[in-house]
This record gives sequence, C-alpha cells and structure tokens, in this order.
Amino acid sequence: MLFLIPIFPLAGFVLNASLGRRLPKSVSGAIACVAMAASFGLSVASMIALTRLEPSARVVDQTLYTWMASGDLMVPLALRLDPLSALMILVVTGVGFLIHVYSVGYMHEETGSEHARYFSYLNLFAFFMLVLVLAANFPVMFVGWEGVGLCSYLLIGFWYRKKTAADAGKKAFIVNRVGDFGFLLGMFLLFATFGTLDFRELASAAAAWTPEAQFGTLSLSALLLFVGATGKSAQIPLYVWLPDAMEGPTPVSALIHAATMVTAGVYMIGRNAVLYSHAPLVLGIVAVVGLATAVLAATIGLVQNDIKRVLAYSTVSQLGLMFLGMGVGAYAAGIFHLFTHAFFKALLFLGSGAVIHALAGEQDIRRMGGLRRELPVTYWTFVIGALAIAGVPGLAGFFSKDEILYRTFATGHPWMWAIGVAASLMTGIYMFRLVFVAFHGERAAAAGAPDAHGSAGFAHPAGHGSSGGHLHDAPRAMAIPLVLLAAGSVLAGYVGVPAVLGGQNRIEAFLEPSFTVHDAAAAGAHGDEAAAAGEHDAQTEIALMAVSSGVAVLAIGVAFYFFQSRRQAAAALAARFAGVHRLLLNKYYVDEIYDKAVVRPVKRLSTEVLWRGVDAGLVDGAVNGVGSTVGVASRAIRRLQTGSLRAYAAGVLGGALLILGYYLWR
Amino acid sequence: MITLNHYLIVSAILFATGAAGVFLRRNVITVLLSIEIMLNAANLALVAFGRYLGRVDGQIIVFFVVTVAAAEAAVGLALVIALFRHRESLDPDTFTTLRW
Repeated sequence: MLFLIPIFPLAGFVLNASLGRRLPKSVSGAIACVAMAASFGLSVASMIALTRLEPSARVVDQTLYTWMASGDLMVPLALRLDPLSALMILVVTGVGFLIHVYSVGYMHEETGSEHARYFSYLNLFAFFMLVLVLAANFPVMFVGWEGVGLCSYLLIGFWYRKKTAADAGKKAFIVNRVGDFGFLLGMFLLFATFGTLDFRELASAAAAWTPEAQFGTLSLSALLLFVGATGKSAQIPLYVWLPDAMEGPTPVSALIHAATMVTAGVYMIGRNAVLYSHAPLVLGIVAVVGLATAVLAATIGLVQNDIKRVLAYSTVSQLGLMFLGMGVGAYAAGIFHLFTHAFFKALLFLGSGAVIHALAGEQDIRRMGGLRRELPVTYWTFVIGALAIAGVPGLAGFFSKDEILYRTFATGHPWMWAIGVAASLMTGIYMFRLVFVAFHGERAAAAGAPDAHGSAGFAHPAGHGSSGGHLHDAPRAMAIPLVLLAAGSVLAGYVGVPAVLGGQNRIEAFLEPSFTVHDAAAAGAHGDEAAAAGEHDAQTEIALMAVSSGVAVLAIGVAFYFFQSRRQAAAALAARFAGVHRLLLNKYYVDEIYDKAVVRPVKRLSTEVLWRGVDAGLVDGAVNGVGSTVGVASRAIRRLQTGSLRAYAAGVLGGALLILGYYLWR
Repeated sequence: MITLNHYLIVSAILFATGAAGVFLRRNVITVLLSIEIMLNAANLALVAFGRYLGRVDGQIIVFFVVTVAAAEAAVGLALVIALFRHRESLDPDTFTTLRW
C-alpha cells in the first residue's frame, strides 16, 4: 500500500508529460492537483494507521523487489513508514497540494503546453520527494535525492529563455553535484564499513560502536554525508545556489526551495540520528556550520531589496537553525522546526508570489508600498507568516525555534544560544522590514528606483495591473491556500507545546522512536536517559522563552522604527556604515570569491588542458592521424590502378611466373 | 613413339602463342580467341596427363573447361558488342577509364 503514495504524483507526471499539451489548461492543472490530493489522503490515512500502533511498533516496511544484487551488495527497492517519514510525507503532500492549487492561479497566463510542462515537473518533484522520505535504505534515498535535484534544476530554469533563470538552474545543479559527491562517498564508506545500506541495520550496527572521541571511520562517513546535506539544504559553503534559485516561478520557490526539498539534508541527519550520535565531533561541526549559516544568511537578508531574495536568505538562515538543533542532538526539535517552517515559509513565499502577481512581475520592495489596502488577504496572511517566523509567542515558529534554542542552551552551549538568539532577532527585523516597506507607507513612483535585477515583467508579460492602476488581490485559487497555510502557521506549533507551558511536546515523543535503535533493550536504556534529562530546569526554560519572546517583539519594534516611523534613519544608518552595507548588499562577495577561486580555474583547466590539450591534441590528433596516414599511403598506391587491361594481364602473368619460378628453383 | 613430353611441348607452345596474342593484339576479339588458345593448351596438357596415368580425371576436367569456355565466350562476345556500340572501337587500350 505504501508505494501508492508516491505512485499518484508519478502517474500525474506521466499523464501531463505525455498528453499535457493536448489537454486544456484546466484539465492539466486538475490532474496534478488530484494526484497530490490522492497522495495526501493516503498519507493522512497511513499517519492515522501508524498512530494506532504501539509506539515501539510504529514501523511499516514494504519491499517491492530486489533492485540490485551483486556480491555482498543487496539493495531492495524498499519503502519504510515510521514516525519521521510519516510526518515528512504529510508535509510534502499537504503543503505540496496547497501549492499545486495555488499554482493553478499563479500560472494561468502560461500557454497550454508550458502549463502542462510546469505541472508535470511539479508532480515529478513530489514523486521524488516522497521516494526520498519513504526510502528504507541509502540507494533508494539517493534516487529521490538526485531526482529532486533534477526537478529543482528543471523548475528554476522553467523560464529557460531568460538567461539568468537558465544560469541559476545550472548553478543549483552543479553546486548540488558537489554535495552529492560527498554523499556518495559517505554511502560507499558506510557500505565498506558495515556491509549494509539499510537505515535500521546501519543504526543498530553503529549503536554497537562506542561514540568516537577521535575522528574515525564513523565520523568520516557522517561528515561526508553532511557535505551532501550542505549542498541540498543550502548550508555553508554550498548555500550559494539557493538565493539564485528564486529565478523560478514563485510557487516553486515555496514548495521546493523553502518547504520541502531543502529540508532533505535535515531529514537525512534525522534519519541517521544514531550514526550521528556516535560521531560527536561531526555533530559539533553540524551545529557550528548551521549556526554560522544562520547568522551569515540573516545579515545578508537584512539589506536585500528583492522580496524573494530576502525570503531565500531567510530560508537559508532557518535551515541553519534546524542544523543547529540537529547538531546539539535535539533531532526532534530540528524536525519540529522543519515541520512548522514548511507552513510559514511556504505561506510567506506564496504571499510574495501574490504580490508579484498583482504587480506584474515586480520583485523590488522599494517599488512596492501601501499594498495593505489593495491586497488585504495577502497582507494579513503575510503578517501572520512574519509573526510566526519571528517567533512571537503563540504562533508555530515560537514553539519550534524556542525548542531548538532551549536545547542548545541546555546541552551546554550558552554562546551558541546567544548567537542563535541574535540570528532570530535579525529574522524578525528583516521579515518586518518586508511587511512595513512593501505593505505600509506609500508606493514609490515606479520609474524612480533603479532596476536592480532586470527581471521585472518577464514572467507576466500581460500583467494584471500597471503600477499606477488598480490592483487585484489574489484570486480564489491563490487566496485559499494562503488562508489555509496561515491557519497552519498559527496552529502547527501546538503539536509540540513544551512541558513547562502545560503541553506534552507530543511531536517529540512521537518522533523519538525514529531516532533510536529499535531493539527493546536499547530503547529501554534510552528511555531512562530521556527521563533523567527530562527533569530539566523549568525556570531556565521559562526565562529563555521570555528572552526570545522579548527578542521577537524587539525585532518588530526595531523594524517599525527604521522602516515605518523613521525611514530616513535606516538610510542614515546605511550611509554611516556604508562599507558594511555594501558588503552585505553584495552578499559578502561570496559569489565573486567562488568565481575567482573555483569557477575560473576550473574553466581555465577545461579550456587550456582538457579542451586544447587532451581533446584537440590527443583525441583529435589520433583520429586525424589515422585518417591522413591512410590518405598519404593511398595517394601513392592508387597509381597502380591504371585501367589498362594489358597492365593487369601482365600483372597476372608476372605473378604466375613468379610463383612457378619459386616452385621450380626452390 | 610420341611421349608425354611431346604433348607437353605442344601445349607449352600453344600457351605461349595464346599469351603473346593476349598481350600483343589490339583487337578485343582476337584477345578473346587467344584466351581460347591458352585454355585449349591447358586442356591438351590435362588429357595428356590423363592418358599417361591411365585415368579419366583429366578428360572430366577438360569437359568442364570446355563448358566454362563456351559460357565465357558468350559473355565475352556480348561485352564486346556492347563496348563496340558504346565506343566504336575494339582496341583494349582505349578502355582505360575504369581507374582512380
């Protein structure tokens, strides 16, 4: 039954890819949405079925067939449903379904075949993502892992006639390849060490090892896998593709580059929690990288002017926080933040999409302003999303982010906690900068601001409103997903209310079996441990919570001061610290550094050595050499063919006499 | 008494005559006739050897050669006619276009 969940989007993909261009747009959109709805229904059903089971028995395996069998290597095409993957398929299909519906409204100006192409890619993505999260072993996960990368490439470059979009797609793909290489190596090393690639067998095998204090095999393979995660989940040093990925259609940014695909790295670490627990050094690296990424991306996000770019850096930053949670061993907290983040980040992206849609492709917040009156639905849902991500108490982001920060503090990393709080302060500031600049105030004259990205108007040549005219709020197909996601952004946190606030943190208890070894003895030992850790200092937790709530409110206040009541103050601040401002605006020049340090040398190597030397010199030389040798030889030999009968007859006679002579005088 | 050597000498003379004809004559029909002479030189040698060894193998081969020679003459003459219609000439040296 389990395989039916990914099969529906695959069927949708096949239908739309083969017949799509002949179908009317309403049908191709409907096929994609129905496929997702069916998948979502099955996911809910399997989630319910799973919760009926005993917590320790919540694993459902399905082996479809043996995929590879070669020597010791046995790879079945196996799917596995456990609490972790059940939560992930709910996010993927649920948020995915809403975004499919939204896309019907967003993409309705595309021509029929483009429309079908878009929805076929979207369904294919959902298929691969479901394979990724349902996989029971590394190779199957890798199929999904590569597949979502492919779909990401196809969808970023969806408007492939636009050069920046095509380039961004290639960048995403290539940067991801770097990470995938690490992932592959990690996989090979795990197989060489343990002789299996099944997640559960790996976990129980790794559990038999003592945690490595020194950097050993286990640590190396965990680190290599983490390299793969930094590629897919946009962490330092491979985060550079994600902001550029915003060239794709906005629903794609919401689905792939915010809610689902980029969380694959976090999911992968959660899936291999036992492995990582036995490599504490790597966990430390994960935490530090996550934290550094969170801060770096947040600072860049403070000054960007493209609404989607701000959201992209915000995504990078939030993913960093998730990795921080994973890195301090709070796997459930990291996955919890992944879960809530999917709601509010998808909401924010879709909200920005509604703005862009209404403004005929405008993405520069300096040319927005005053949209609050004209786009009320978008405005209110966007505000809810911003409140949720800023961590205002009572909304989803508060519970999950606070859980991560609290666990960071509780595991003895007060400095990391402080930096994390600073990052979330910045999160609040840049989110409410968007709210105040784009939705409040007055709209600037369209011709005034410089065209920073040159992308305005491309996506929507026949846009809805001109800058001066009346704007339409989101149409119903777009408004309903917005409202539903806003509801999710408010409520999603209540599955994980911490104990000090009278909740039971049900999500943590639910997910816990996925992060531990499954045999009973180990589970019992772990249970005692958890109970011991459970008696934490409630007062500390309350205090930390108060601090982060205060930070959230402070962030909104700061944003209000600079971007609403005194806008000139922001400009003055930027002018005062012009150097810093420029550094941030240019994203720390990371793209330029990568270009100089990696891209150019590789290009030069390819041109000078591989192309001119090896290809043109060696390969072409050998081929052309054979050709010209034959040519020269035949130019000499063909003189023999005179066409004269006598000459041939003389040749035959001479030859016969020679042979005869040889036998006579031998 | 006529010995095997006598037959073979006649055969060699006939063969040399035919070969000279092939090389020296400038008429395709004569060249064909010269080839017939060479074939018959071979035939003579074959029957002579057959007689000398007291077997019939030589005569059997000669029958085959005569049959093939008849077919060859038919095809050769047909080609000659076609060539003559095409070029108005029977000199083999004028037919040298079949080359590089």
